[in-house]
Amino acid sequence: MLKLEGVHTHIGAYHILHGVDLEVVQGELTVLLGRNGAGKTTTLRSIMGLWRVAPGRVLFEGDDIAARTTPEIAHRGIAYVPENMGIFADLTVRENMVLAARGARRAEDIDARRLDWIFGLFPAIKKFWQHPAGLLSGGQKQMLAVARAIVEPRKLLLVDEPSKGLAPAIIQNMITAFRELKQTDTTILLVEQNFNFARQLGDRVAVMDDGRIVHTGRMAELADDEDLQQRLLGLSLAAHQ
Amino acid sequence: MTVSVAAAAAHETLPAVKPDRLPLLLLPALALVALPFIGSFSTWVTLTVAGLAMGMIIFIIASGLTLVFGLMDVLNFGHGVFIALGAYLAISVLGLMGDWTASENLLLNLLALLPAMLAAMAVAGAVGFAFERVIIRPVYGQHLKQILITMGGMIVGEELIKVIWGAQTIPLPLPAAFRGSLLLGEAAVEKYRLIAVVIGLAVFAAMFWVLSRTKAGLLIRAGVQDREMVESLGYRIRRLFVAVFVAGSALAGLGGVMWGLYQQNVTPQMGAQVNVLIFIVIIIGGLGSVGGCFIGALLVGLLANYAGFLAPKVALFSNILLMVAVLLWRPQGIYPVANR
Amino acid sequence: MAFINRLLSGDLPRSRVLTAVLIVIVAALALAPFVFPGAKALNVAAKVCIFIVLVASFDLLLGYTGIVSFAHTMFFGIGAYGVAVALTRLGPSWPAMGAGVAAALALSLGLSLLIGLFSLRVKAIFYAMITLAVASAFQTLASQLSEITGGEDGLNFKVPEMLTPGFSLADAPFLGVAVDGKLISYYLLFAIALALFLVMLRIVNSPFGRVLQAIRENAFRAEALGYRTVVYRTASNVLSAGFATLAGALLALWLRYNGPDTSLSFEIMIDILLMVVIGGMGTMYGAVVGAALFIVAQNYLQDLMKLASDAAAGLPLLPDLVHPDRWLLWLGILFVLSVYHFPAGIVGRLRAKK
Repeated sequence: MLKLEGVHTHIGAYHILHGVDLEVVQGELTVLLGRNGAGKTTTLRSIMGLWRVAPGRVLFEGDDIAARTTPEIAHRGIAYVPENMGIFADLTVRENMVLAARGARRAEDIDARRLDWIFGLFPAIKKFWQHPAGLLSGGQKQMLAVARAIVEPRKLLLVDEPSKGLAPAIIQNMITAFRELKQTDTTILLVEQNFNFARQLGDRVAVMDDGRIVHTGRMAELADDEDLQQRLLGLSLAAHQ
Repeated sequence: MTVSVAAAAAHETLPAVKPDRLPLLLLPALALVALPFIGSFSTWVTLTVAGLAMGMIIFIIASGLTLVFGLMDVLNFGHGVFIALGAYLAISVLGLMGDWTASENLLLNLLALLPAMLAAMAVAGAVGFAFERVIIRPVYGQHLKQILITMGGMIVGEELIKVIWGAQTIPLPLPAAFRGSLLLGEAAVEKYRLIAVVIGLAVFAAMFWVLSRTKAGLLIRAGVQDREMVESLGYRIRRLFVAVFVAGSALAGLGGVMWGLYQQNVTPQMGAQVNVLIFIVIIIGGLGSVGGCFIGALLVGLLANYAGFLAPKVALFSNILLMVAVLLWRPQGIYPVANR
Repeated sequence: MAFINRLLSGDLPRSRVLTAVLIVIVAALALAPFVFPGAKALNVAAKVCIFIVLVASFDLLLGYTGIVSFAHTMFFGIGAYGVAVALTRLGPSWPAMGAGVAAALALSLGLSLLIGLFSLRVKAIFYAMITLAVASAFQTLASQLSEITGGEDGLNFKVPEMLTPGFSLADAPFLGVAVDGKLISYYLLFAIALALFLVMLRIVNSPFGRVLQAIRENAFRAEALGYRTVVYRTASNVLSAGFATLAGALLALWLRYNGPDTSLSFEIMIDILLMVVIGGMGTMYGAVVGAALFIVAQNYLQDLMKLASDAAAGLPLLPDLVHPDRWLLWLGILFVLSVYHFPAGIVGRLRAKK
């Protein structure tokens, strides 16, 4: 569904991505692993058109979207959950959701069944519907960010470190939510540093280092191979819980 | 396990939602503080209404500017040109309606004023559209160039106004039915000022409605906080920006008409003069905040009138002193917009 | 050659055309009384000298440190008023003039320090708006405090005897020009302006100047490298204000008059902006080229415009468009075009063509 070919991204004077080749298969959850500064967030942002790709190709369903604007890319059915969650703090939870639902003018226009499903995944959203989103806890904001991305069906989800800074109980909640999401045949590209989180959800895995993909394969293989984990991810990552 | 975790999460309580009402209290506070100094209650009423009227007009003019900045990080140093344009257009249009404005009939006066205001808004909006296209669009994101270029745009605009209408001050008399004052008890309140307050409140109410009840308003409020995220959600925020810019320019035109009537004359420099005032107001209010702009504008209006009465020499600096005081209290302005 | 290098603090023009232009300008200014007869020409030359200093001081702030400040004319005005008030109150003597300049400098340095410390912590846009407001307030203040400043009418005053036109150093004219106070004034002006310019050139080419440029390029990086940007920016602000003040003092000395419009008007601020942008920001030489070009054009081009306007009389809009009073319209258009198409100004353009 999504294919990056030789993607280079420069931010100012810095050359961050050095020819990234990545493939995301439809219906699967692909995890992008790597240590801090490897270029994972930059990759997502480049796909989303927030950073410019030059040279390189980003093929989504066969079309090269590398030169398209961010709103255009979003319109093709790609949803982005950024690292900082991108929650509009002064807006209520309800308003955040209405905004994310492009087809809706008001909350009543959102597909009721879908909304109920989301409430089931993330009860906090229902509970704090009318409250300013800025008052939510970190975990709740994260859930809102994901909820926004799925309020309408999307073809591809780009999620950046959803487990970052969350308490273990909440992380478990998040894992359950993503598992349910996978069942709806949504394609997901997930960036993570928490290997434990990643191995429970990932079908495929790609490891990034210094702006390049250094390993791709099935998650099951990597999960079983401790030596490989050590080599690719180093002690710090495998120790992440 | 999921159920219990979810339940636990649901039982978390949120801190009570406390809207920040403190700055609103500044208005009555200022008014009340001024009362003992002024002495006479009726004079106080007159001055307060005058201050509110002036504040409303400033708000109308400045609201567009602050939204434009909050939304797109563009500071238009040339905003003053729309004010002047609106005022001069009013002169031309009202000039055509001489007999209606001379009449004592309130309705006829309003019918004469309405086209003037609409013409001012339409032309200012159109010029705003061109301004955004030609002058601002090429320099998005480059603050230094924006400042220089929009300033250049204002210079050119001011000179063009002089070419079309001439460089001298032109009187702008109020329509007949708007002249004079109403007596509220012992206080004499100028009719025009009351009308200005009403119009100002109407504009504020309309803005408030659009911002809080429509999706476009939602987009604007979200865009002011995090433009990138709004684009990632699939909205072409540039189009929205143009719309806001045009609306802001149109409002400035309307404000220009009202300001011209308030001063009862227009000069080509009026844009530059009001420019300084509106910058002070939006700094006080917090760049990007309509509510802050409203409060800031009213504060400036009230203070200018109270100080003008109590200590005319200080009056000219009262704005700067107010700005310094507010910035010392809240360095980002009264209602700073959430950081991007 | 090495001497020239030292004099210019290693900041050579780096372009044949530019070097030629600069030599012509400097020579013209040095020999103005002899080469361009008449009071008007001398006035123009004096104004060019003064504005070179003023614009260069603005370039220090804008071009080298990247700060937009609309308060520059305020410091210009303080310098002018300092001299004006001192010579009016204390009489036309050298010590009085010295006192005036000293007082003006003290006020400027104090104000610029205050503004710098208070406002440089905020975003650039804030700062620009605040300086606009402050300058506007100051202009109003100057016209209000009429007992001190002479209000709207300004102050007319006498200068020390040696500088008055009546004073005569030699009986016989030298190369056709009377050796009087006016000549002495002019050369005093020229010498001081030249010296001030060279000092500024030194400053921007010193380690301090390089840090300023680093801050202009990327303030975060500079801060990360350990430079306290607020300190440097404030220093730049203060230096710039100081030089502007001195330029103002020179202006007052030359005109023997000062009023709110002479030095504080917003038009002058705009003129400075135009000169620095058209000449070339961040080059210092841009100030020389920009000031010379602008002021010469301002004085002589308007005559041209008058001819055009008279010729076009009778046609609908045209005579108004080219009326000499509408000088600023064309300047404004040129300014906007310069910001777009000549971001490096004339000097940048000349240097680019190698």
